[in-house]
Amino acid sequence: MTAEPRFRRVARFVSPADRGFAAVVYAGSILFALLIVGLFVELVLGSWPSIVKFGPAFIFSSSWDPITSKFGALPMIFGTVMTSLIAIVLAAFIGIMAAVFLADFAPRWLGQPLSFLIELLAAVPSVVYGLWGLFVLAPFMRTTLGPALQHVLGWTPLFSGPIYGVGLLTGGIILALMIVPTVTAISRDVIVAIPRDLREASMALGSTKWETAMRVVLPAARVGIFGACVLALGRALGETIAVTMVIGNRPEISSSLFAPSYTLASVIANEFTEATTSIYTSALIELGLILFLVSMVVNALARLMIWSVRGSERV
Amino acid sequence: MSTVAAGELLATQELSAYYGSRQAVADVTIAFRRKAVTALIGPSGCGKTTLLRCLNRIHEINFDARVQGSVLLDGQDIYGGDMDPMAIRRRIGMVFQRPNPFPTLSILDNAIACAPKGLNRRGKLEAAERALRSAALWDEVKDKLKTSPLRLSGGQQQRLCIARAVAAQPEVLLMDEPTASLDPIATAVIEELMSSLCKEFTIVAVTHNMQQAARVSSVTAFMLADETGIGRLIEADDTGKLFTKPSDRRTEDYISGRFG
Amino acid sequence: MAQSASRNRNLARRRIIGGLGVGVALTCAVIGAVCLLIILGYVIVQGAGAINRDFLTQLPHPVGVPGGGVGNGILGTFIILGLATAMAVPIGLLTGIYLSLFGRGPIPEGLRFLSDVLSGVPSIAIGLFAYAVLVAPLRHFSAFSASFAFMMLMLPLLVRTSEQAIRSVPQTVREGALALGMSNFRATVQIVIPTAMPAIITALLLAIARVIGETAPLLFTAFGSQFWETNPNKPMAVLALQVFTYAISPYPNWQAQAWGGALLLIGAVFVLSLGARLMLRRAMRGLEA
Ligand SMILES: Nc1ncnc2c1ncn2[C@@H]1O[C@H](COP(=O)(O)OP(=O)(O)O)[C@@H](O)[C@H]1O
Ligand SMILES: [Mg+2]
Repeated sequence: MTAEPRFRRVARFVSPADRGFAAVVYAGSILFALLIVGLFVELVLGSWPSIVKFGPAFIFSSSWDPITSKFGALPMIFGTVMTSLIAIVLAAFIGIMAAVFLADFAPRWLGQPLSFLIELLAAVPSVVYGLWGLFVLAPFMRTTLGPALQHVLGWTPLFSGPIYGVGLLTGGIILALMIVPTVTAISRDVIVAIPRDLREASMALGSTKWETAMRVVLPAARVGIFGACVLALGRALGETIAVTMVIGNRPEISSSLFAPSYTLASVIANEFTEATTSIYTSALIELGLILFLVSMVVNALARLMIWSVRGSERV
Repeated sequence: MSTVAAGELLATQELSAYYGSRQAVADVTIAFRRKAVTALIGPSGCGKTTLLRCLNRIHEINFDARVQGSVLLDGQDIYGGDMDPMAIRRRIGMVFQRPNPFPTLSILDNAIACAPKGLNRRGKLEAAERALRSAALWDEVKDKLKTSPLRLSGGQQQRLCIARAVAAQPEVLLMDEPTASLDPIATAVIEELMSSLCKEFTIVAVTHNMQQAARVSSVTAFMLADETGIGRLIEADDTGKLFTKPSDRRTEDYISGRFG
Repeated sequence: MAQSASRNRNLARRRIIGGLGVGVALTCAVIGAVCLLIILGYVIVQGAGAINRDFLTQLPHPVGVPGGGVGNGILGTFIILGLATAMAVPIGLLTGIYLSLFGRGPIPEGLRFLSDVLSGVPSIAIGLFAYAVLVAPLRHFSAFSASFAFMMLMLPLLVRTSEQAIRSVPQTVREGALALGMSNFRATVQIVIPTAMPAIITALLLAIARVIGETAPLLFTAFGSQFWETNPNKPMAVLALQVFTYAISPYPNWQAQAWGGALLLIGAVFVLSLGARLMLRRAMRGLEA
């Protein structure tokens, strides 16, 4: 009897072919990791001159003046946050309601084509949304929707002032259209995953189907749905081209939703190739770094929430 | 209990197997009779599959799996430091509990999936025919060699897997409940096949069906998990003797249906 | 009696609320679908007029000269996408293989986290990265830098899907291969990956659909060109970029061409999505069997 158990730890990749295979697989994975780390490092390096020169004031200063080399990100942060908020408020309501309908009420013949159409909406390229926003939505806002809103709500500062067509509200609406599919698709999956017996228990207590959906199913799915909204918010924050085409591109903070504005992404899109001084370029890259960090936090949050309900399956 | 018989092709010595820190099989010492069918029986979860998978080193592809003790193939420890698991697996073929033909390969390519490289088309066809004939499948598939194996019935798929294993010209054939997922007719075909294959190969077959063990095997080994869930070999003997005059009380309980 | 009457009235009211609620939910679902149809309608009506042979095959004409097309942009799109795919597929597949084979422990988890982070990074930030590593040091814009940015955009989807696709190949199939004495290399390349292929191709089609209309990173990588440029080391015209520049231009002729380009992009995206759907169906069938 041997006293010491003789454990054999077994290498799974022993043959020369397997060693080579493992080496190539490792190399590919390391390259992938390096690319992502490099992305972060390059953004920090590129924005370093601006970080050193402006410090934290960069975030709180509202002057953006290339001529005097004074750069502050506040107007763009304001524009980014406002358009994204408008978008998520609109998209959350429409998207969640649509998800409830598709998951619990739609007959098959209606549900499938509707789901398909909404998912196609997610595939439309951003520049096409921008084009449509610029030539259809913006004029409609200027001549019809804007005046109507002003007529009813003009007494609030939000809906006062001249209506240009392009501006915060138009940008928000375009973004809402772009993120509705995200909210709908993920919320529907989360709702479908709610166990049947929960619904049946509620129905057995005499609730109507609608009451069951609102009082039992939605609360049970709330974490996942919230995750879907946060994920959609992340997309809205970083969206570039469509917003650039309808936001009006003016680095100002205004209380009116009709006023032209600017977002972090659209400044970079508009000005990066025209930036003449190195500090200008660096300031633009710092905007990109802010965008990167914000969307990273938002995405991490969203994924955590969606995983917590869907298990290990990834979004 | 039989001890290691000198000169047998395949034998284990104090073989134990672990999944991480969980021990699944302990101290199995057994020699498998050359060119005969040895049946491994025992209640489910007693470590039959684990033991079988240690015999061709497929156990070790599980994450964190470990083995202790030795497995002798022709007197050589297959867990020896200089042994190549791939070469060992070519000498010890395996048939699984559920048919697992390669879904993207044709029937023909499945049959010769590990035939020697560098065969020309005729050579391939001949190798495939030989393998499929020895698995008693040739007549049923000879007109659809280029089609997908997924269209075959379960029994045919399992015979294709046997053909695939046989084509590598192994010395030993391990079979893990090869008929567990098949209907009685397909089962009968496979059992018949086992009886004919054992003229050429040393076969170790797991079954939890005692009638099957009685029908196809010449030696039967009985395994049982102890109170801590670790599988142990209780006894191994000629099939006729084990089923009529078992030497261990627990074997008697099992074959007379007192548990499991 | 009175009690049951009030209960009935109450129930009727709850039914009506329920009906209204479902109506609102239905409206919301329809709004989404109708928005797509409206956008699609505009693009088709406006774009169809712009599309003709010249539009598909000619170089852009200078401002004020009628006619011309986006032929060089279409060519550029193919070149840039081709290069991006050629880079993204090996890296994505290898990382997917790594994650599926060595999937446990802190390092694979870290890699998955990085991949998820990358999938949330705005495309404009990825464009800045491509600019920093491939444009700034060489002091000129290039199609290759655009391919690099596209590759980064395609990678997360490819990595995640190939990991899942390889994992979803039944373990028994891999074991069957290893039990025959195949090396891990052969088992993976010859047996497992072909089984996972339909799902991987689905992911590739979706990844291409995602980047084909992507414009933001092109602004400071591919930059655009007026010529038939085929050298990846030079600035190159790209269809999506042309749509953008033409749309914000003040010239009606160019604006009309922007609609034409948008129609081409939508057509390409829909064809790719449809192809992905068909592929996915095949993938499901393969795994069921
Ligand atoms: N992959 C695994 N990881 C951990 N434990 C396992 C694994 N496979 C089997 N086991 C355990 O090993 C024991 C023996 O299993 P197995 O060899 O499959 O038994 P049998 O084939 O006799 O039914 C069981 O208790 C089972 O729980
Ligand atoms: Mg078993």
